Amino acid sequence: MLESLLFIIMGLIVITCAIGVVFQKNPIYSAVFLIQTMVSLAVLYILLHAQFVAAVQVMVYAGAVMVLFVFVIMLLNVQRADQELGKDRLIFQKVSAIFLGLLLFAVIGIVTVRSVLQGTKGEYTPEHMNEIGNTQLVGKLLFTDYVFPFEIASILLFAAIIGAIILAKKELKE
Amino acid sequence: MIPLTWYLILSGALFTIGATGVLIRRNALVILMCIELMLNAVNLAFVTFSRHHDSMDGQIFVFFIMTVAAAEAAVGLAIIVAVFKNKATVNVDKINLMKW
Amino acid sequence: MPGLFGESFLDLIGLVLLFPLAGAIVNGLCGKKLSPSIVGFIGCATVGLAFLISILVFLDLLKLSPEHRLFEKEFFTWIGSGSFTAVAGLQVDPLSTVMILVVTGVGFLIHVYSIGYMHGDEGFYRYFTYLNLFTFSMLLLVLANNFLLMFIGWEGVGLCSYLLIGYWFEKKSASSAGKKAFIVNRIGDFGFILAILLIFVTFNTVDFTEVFHSAPKQLTTGSLVATVITLLLFLGATGKSAQIPLYTWLPDAMEGPTPVSALIHAATMVTAGVYMVVRCNVLFVMSPFSLTIVAVIGGATALFAATIGLAQNDIKRVLAYSTVSQIGYMFLACGVGAFVTGIFHLITHAFFKALLFLGSGSVIHALGGEQDMRKMGGLKKYLPTTYKTFLIGTLAIAGIPPFAGFFSKDEILLEAYTKGNLLFWGLGAFAALLTAFYMFRLLFMTFHGKSRMDKHVEEHVHESPMNMLLPLMILAFLSVVGGFLGFPAASAINNFLAPVVGGRGHIGMVNGGETHHVSQNLMFSMMGLSTGIAIVGIMLAYILYCKKPDLPAQIAGRFKFVYNILLNKYYVDEIYDATIVNPTIKSSFFLWRWIDVRIIDGFVNGVARFVELKSEVLRLFQTGFVRNYALSMLLGGIIIIICALFFL
Repeated sequence: MLESLLFIIMGLIVITCAIGVVFQKNPIYSAVFLIQTMVSLAVLYILLHAQFVAAVQVMVYAGAVMVLFVFVIMLLNVQRADQELGKDRLIFQKVSAIFLGLLLFAVIGIVTVRSVLQGTKGEYTPEHMNEIGNTQLVGKLLFTDYVFPFEIASILLFAAIIGAIILAKKELKE
Repeated sequence: MIPLTWYLILSGALFTIGATGVLIRRNALVILMCIELMLNAVNLAFVTFSRHHDSMDGQIFVFFIMTVAAAEAAVGLAIIVAVFKNKATVNVDKINLMKW
Repeated sequence: MPGLFGESFLDLIGLVLLFPLAGAIVNGLCGKKLSPSIVGFIGCATVGLAFLISILVFLDLLKLSPEHRLFEKEFFTWIGSGSFTAVAGLQVDPLSTVMILVVTGVGFLIHVYSIGYMHGDEGFYRYFTYLNLFTFSMLLLVLANNFLLMFIGWEGVGLCSYLLIGYWFEKKSASSAGKKAFIVNRIGDFGFILAILLIFVTFNTVDFTEVFHSAPKQLTTGSLVATVITLLLFLGATGKSAQIPLYTWLPDAMEGPTPVSALIHAATMVTAGVYMVVRCNVLFVMSPFSLTIVAVIGGATALFAATIGLAQNDIKRVLAYSTVSQIGYMFLACGVGAFVTGIFHLITHAFFKALLFLGSGSVIHALGGEQDMRKMGGLKKYLPTTYKTFLIGTLAIAGIPPFAGFFSKDEILLEAYTKGNLLFWGLGAFAALLTAFYMFRLLFMTFHGKSRMDKHVEEHVHESPMNMLLPLMILAFLSVVGGFLGFPAASAINNFLAPVVGGRGHIGMVNGGETHHVSQNLMFSMMGLSTGIAIVGIMLAYILYCKKPDLPAQIAGRFKFVYNILLNKYYVDEIYDATIVNPTIKSSFFLWRWIDVRIIDGFVNGVARFVELKSEVLRLFQTGFVRNYALSMLLGGIIIIICALFFL
């Protein structure tokens, strides 16, 4: 019962903040709303017995990535630029986007309600997981079964770092 | 236990809000944030499935998605900075060289 | 040694092909960066190695008993489709062995010669690439074990011939001569392709061994199919070997560098037709009509080209017409059924004609590119070595014993008389007289008499370098002794080639089912007669061009009509232009201006305009706004989900 209550509260916060991200005029507010969304999602992850993911969500996502966003917003001083946007030239874009969004939500809802969860159950029940510890499990899997994707991910990050540096550093001429 | 469907509906709602945001916002930075929203929605769905299947694979996947998201954010922001340097705007409607 | 590489050297036959190909690839890809001496070394060494292996293969083949001298090495199934298979393989038998010896041997000498002749040319590496590629193609042609593979080689040599004729492509005449050679050859190749198709339809295979094995069983002698096949094959041969009516490209081909003329347009490629006819002797024997055609065309070409050769003033053109004439002899021999004699003449001709071309190259080189004999004369004292070797070559082609040409030509005349009839003999004998005449005319005009050179040219006349003279000497030596291969008493070549031609090579073996031997008397009297003919020709030339140098002009003046016809090569080029080339061009113009531009282009443009109009509408969908595209993406995604929802 407590769980359900927590879920409903957190779910409402997530939705509200997400809407805030989209409809705030000032990007810095959007960023703050996004951080709140992510922290609330971390609570939901804990509800789902995914403690490691919850921790990473807060530290990496809400922490590192969003700091990056805020930095860029500050750096570009976009507030001014955003105000100069003026009237949207695509007249039907907003209307059709909202309509399509609702349609998408309806479709996802239908799919979710109608479909039955299939597949076999694994061995990591919450009880079993609590014995070992969620973080230990993730670490073990990452360095055994998923060691190859893990290494690839490191290469990907490396490439992203180089790419970001080069893109940001390059002096583009008019 | 909270039913699977609740989580999935929440995930779907989050995804829809993100997608709509991508479509209606003109500020490239906000668009990028909306993409983060969509990725988070997917993460939520993964963790949910992981929980309901008693499997760890979903959580591992979330880990990788976060890696990708971090890389995407870094490169995406770098591109926005580069574009801003060049055109002094982050309005995606002004960046319309695709139609010559 | 053979143990190292397997059973015998026969297994190494692939290397004969591989070396020139490797040379062509290396020179072609990196030749530009290599120094000319390395390029030349690669070009010569690869062919030289191929020659060495050819000798080893030849020696190994000799070890086998005559009936077993057939070795096939199959590499892979090239085409396998339904009942049709073509295996890429090489066939080593006496005939192909003789051919690869000639091709690689003479080819090697000419490669060495080219280093000196082409020295300092801008496209040095390009030249050697083509030359190596040519050697490869020619070897493929003679070694192939089926018609299709032979055709690849056949086209390959045609291509290299085109490339080398037009080697100095910045010269208009050279590039159009290359085109002419290519186009005229197409006509012959067309016949060859049809022949291959017909062979496949008839025998259901293109493999030489199988075709020649089943031909006598499936076809009756003189049947229509055999005649059509052989006539089509012969059409191919006339194209490649420059016989009437397709000979016109060869004299123009002299635009290429002289060593090329020696290798391709004298020693090897142009004789491919003869080789092909001999290779298919089983088929030709089955059609007496075709054989008669071959003999008639051969004899007529021999005489016809010889008469044109009388009046030409360009040193290389004279040699070109003499080549056409000599190949006519070879076909004459084949046509009367003396296939071995044809090959024998092919070999000796390769020696002395390569020698003559290289000698003329040496002269042209010495004179800085002058080819007109009217501007030569008295070169004997400037170019002593070239003169001596050239003299040997001339004596050989004129048919003076004991030089190579005497034996082969004499044998052809003898065969023409015994197996054919007096007409063939007469054609050959008269052509021999003319040959002796115009060759000595060439010799006298070039090397004897007073100098008619320009002053500044004369100052620079010099003997060629050693690497050009050495091949000349070796070829001269071969031109002297080459004839003894077929010396009637020993007749080594006859015995060697006998398995390939089924014993039909022997003098007087089969003639209408009866065997009869040629009497010694007839043989020796024929020898005497042909020597006499040659000497008469030489004497005539001597009188006209050495003793009384003003006499030829008087004769030309007296018989102006005949002289003009000869000088203008019977106006054959003009006739071809008027009857074939110009109507083709005119109708092509019509097709271009009307059918192509108006109708086809109009249709295509109409379609394009229609699309353009409709695109103007569709264009509106591409707004250039990224968000718009994202909207479409989302719409598409939703549609896909809905479809999945309802239809899966």
